[in-house]
Amino acid sequence: MARQSDEAFFWILFSAGGVVAALLIPIQLFLFGLAIPLGWIQPPTYEHLMALVRLPLVRLYLFVLCSLSLFHWAHRFRYTLYDGLRVKHLNEIIFTLCYGGAIVGTIVAAYLLWTIA
Amino acid sequence: MTAEAKPTAARYTEFHPRWYRPNVSVYWWMGQRQYLKFILRELSSVFVAIFVVETLFMLSALKGGPQAYADFQNTMASSLMIALNVICFLFVVFHTITWFNLAPSAMPVRLGGKRVSAYLVAAPSYVAWIVISAGVYWLVTSWPLT
Repeated sequence: MARQSDEAFFWILFSAGGVVAALLIPIQLFLFGLAIPLGWIQPPTYEHLMALVRLPLVRLYLFVLCSLSLFHWAHRFRYTLYDGLRVKHLNEIIFTLCYGGAIVGTIVAAYLLWTIA
Repeated sequence: MTAEAKPTAARYTEFHPRWYRPNVSVYWWMGQRQYLKFILRELSSVFVAIFVVETLFMLSALKGGPQAYADFQNTMASSLMIALNVICFLFVVFHTITWFNLAPSAMPVRLGGKRVSAYLVAAPSYVAWIVISAGVYWLVTSWPLT
C-alpha cells in the first residue's frame, strides 16, 4: 500500500490527468467517437491523420493525454471502489490493478506512438 | 505507560465495548442527490479510461495501414459503439464541468481583500476549453497538411 508521501505523488498525477481529461477528451471523443462515425463532418483521410501523427508534438500530445488520463482514472476509480463499494479490505489488489493498468496503458501508448511512423 | 505495568486489582470485563460504527450499506450513495452526484462524478473516470482504450485501438489501426483503419472506422460506426460513446461523452462532459467548478473551492482567489466570485475563477477554464476544442477540431478537420 502507498505510503503517505507516495499519496501526494499519485494525487498530483490524478490532478494533472483531471485537467488534461477535462480540456481535451470531450472534443476528441466528440470527433472520433461521434461526429466522424455518424458522418456529421467530412471525415479526415487516413493520410491526413498519419501526417498529423507523424508530427512529434502531436505524438507528445497523445502520449500525455493517454498516460495522464489513465493515472487520473487509477486514482479516482481506486477511491470509488473503496468508498462506493466499501471494499477497503481489498485495497492492495485494487491498488495494483489500477496503477498496473495505468502503467500498462502508458507503455502501450509509448510503443504505438514510437513505432507508428 | 508505567501505570499499566503495575499489578492492579482491577478486574476487566471480557466484553469488548461496542464501537459506535453504524453499518453503512453498499448503496449508501443512492439516498441523496448530492451523494449520487458524487458517485457519478467519480465513475466518470471509468469513461475517461474507455476513451483512452479507444484511442489506443485507433493508433494501432492507423499503424496497421489504411485497411486496418477502415475496419476500425466500421467498428466505431456500429450502434453498440455509438451508444457507448454517447454515454462516454455525457460522463466526460460531466467530469469537465465538475472539475472546472471545483477550482474556485480548491483555490480561493482574493483581490483587494475580497474574495473573487466563484464564477470569475471558473470562467477562464471554460474559455480555455472552448479555445482548445476549436483548435483540436481545426487540426483534425482542416489543417492543410496533405
